[in-house]
Amino acid sequence: MRSDGSQSAPLSLKIAAACGLLFLHLPILLIFVYAFTTEEKSFVWPPPGLTTQWFAVTWNRPDVWQALSLSVRVAAISTAIALVLGTLCSAAVSRTKFFGRETISLLVILPIALPGIITGIALRSAFSLADIPFSFWTIVLGHATFCVVVVYNNAVARFRRTSGSMIEASMDLGADGFQTFRHVVLPNIATALLAGGMLAFALSFDEVIVTTFTAGQQQTLPIWMLEELIRPRQRPVTNVVAMVVVLVTLLPILAAYYLTRGGDQIAGSGK
Amino acid sequence: MTTAVSFQKASRHFGSVRAVDAVDLDIAPGEFFAMLGPSGSGKTTCLRLIAGFEQPTSGSISIFGERAEGVPPYRRNVNTVFQDYALFPHLSVLDNVAYGLMVKGIGKAERHKAAEEALSLVRLPGYGARRPGQLSGGQRQRVALARALVNQPKVLLLDEPLGALDLKLRENMQEELKSLQKVLGITFVFVTHDQGEALSMADRVAVFNDGKIMQIGTPEDIYQRPKTRFVADFVGSSNVLPPDFVQRYCGQHRWGSLRPESIRVGRTASGEGVSARLVSTNYLGATTKLALDADGLKLHAIVPAGNPLPVEGEAVVLTFNREHLHLMDEPV
Repeated sequence: MRSDGSQSAPLSLKIAAACGLLFLHLPILLIFVYAFTTEEKSFVWPPPGLTTQWFAVTWNRPDVWQALSLSVRVAAISTAIALVLGTLCSAAVSRTKFFGRETISLLVILPIALPGIITGIALRSAFSLADIPFSFWTIVLGHATFCVVVVYNNAVARFRRTSGSMIEASMDLGADGFQTFRHVVLPNIATALLAGGMLAFALSFDEVIVTTFTAGQQQTLPIWMLEELIRPRQRPVTNVVAMVVVLVTLLPILAAYYLTRGGDQIAGSGK
Repeated sequence: MTTAVSFQKASRHFGSVRAVDAVDLDIAPGEFFAMLGPSGSGKTTCLRLIAGFEQPTSGSISIFGERAEGVPPYRRNVNTVFQDYALFPHLSVLDNVAYGLMVKGIGKAERHKAAEEALSLVRLPGYGARRPGQLSGGQRQRVALARALVNQPKVLLLDEPLGALDLKLRENMQEELKSLQKVLGITFVFVTHDQGEALSMADRVAVFNDGKIMQIGTPEDIYQRPKTRFVADFVGSSNVLPPDFVQRYCGQHRWGSLRPESIRVGRTASGEGVSARLVSTNYLGATTKLALDADGLKLHAIVPAGNPLPVEGEAVVLTFNREHLHLMDEPV
């Protein structure tokens, strides 16, 4: 018999599902709770007391602000680069036929399938070979490698759904290439680009592995958190920052999900 | 007088595929011209050559006396109604129609006024605020038509525009397109694989096969006097008669064409006639189509409704008037 949606699942299945979700999300909630604990040296359960003082402490720590601003700038610029390159690449792959098209498509997607540590090592050795000093831009370059993929995947899926004759119709009606892009192509892929861009931003914002290989002395927010965990002083500050990171990453991903709900999946969100 | 569209030995080859092969063609201004052919015969590529989406591999094309090679689609005074209509889903119907004027930099008030007029021309006044997604297939088709006409093109290209419509709507649109063309006086070039559509709408028809034009002529020419076996068979499924058969009845050793409606089917031999056997009957409403076998030669006859019909398998005698037997130019 086919189960129709109205039939409810057996109790055991519901319990199993609930346990699975709890296993996934309880640790995150724990992090939130520790942001309010009064104990600063080690995490004890249950927290001996609750306080909001760590928010003020965090606010007044310049190193937090430095890391946060670096992360935001890196994420913004990597996303911008990814938007331009990803759109151009997806347009080329889905709009024209040329020799090696499939190969290029594969090569573009590869960075997201590759373990971050490989990307990181590869970039690091490439930078040192080329005598490029580690800087803000090396981080951006590292992040752009996987941000491009996210934008590319979203844009390609959208291009596949839009009719090719629309571009011809626009040209036929007297619009040159730029006008066609501005009035027809862009409005049709805008939501896909927005979704891809938000995802790219979120990915870049919490990236650790590639960053450790491509950053010099600077600390992005995730790297700063990693260092902070080793120091047994003002530990809840890390939790406060973690809460902020979770929110900053979650909101754009949710927004991206709702924007592209109508059909094409948020490709590459599994990284 | 200059021609509206002129092809001189124009070819478009895709690798080894000769989509359009050395086509010569002259379309007169104000003409309703149909390009008829099976799919893959090169008729759509011809249309795309006129629109500018394709460039000829060799030969030349001119539109109202101006050489068209190398001129991009957006600099040609030619507009297209696409097979899938290609309306812009993110724009309202009014903005869709006004698109061509918008990219030319015409002010909002003026272009919206012109778009409204174009919409009334295709009998869709007041539909401007809707989105293309909210329209039916027939309405979308009219919007596509208005979007092309608002630019006052010298030549309007229509790529199987009626293909996606149901029969009733298609017949209405055929009449409407024809009267619209008379009113506007614009040259229409119409691509179709439906021979009935081509014959009923066009002033002249070009029959395409394998990238070449088989015959150009008025619908009567094409229908009554096909030049080749392909044209006879494709346009109205005429009976193609082999030279030996024709020689017996006319004394000339040439390919012949005999329309199914010119064949009379009788039960008894009355003087000269072709004896045949009825293989099957196909009821079509106003007429009945008979499949016949005359000594291995397969023939079709169309009998008006109401006539007595022989039963399947029965021996019959076929007669026809000599003047209905058309002799074709195709070499034997």
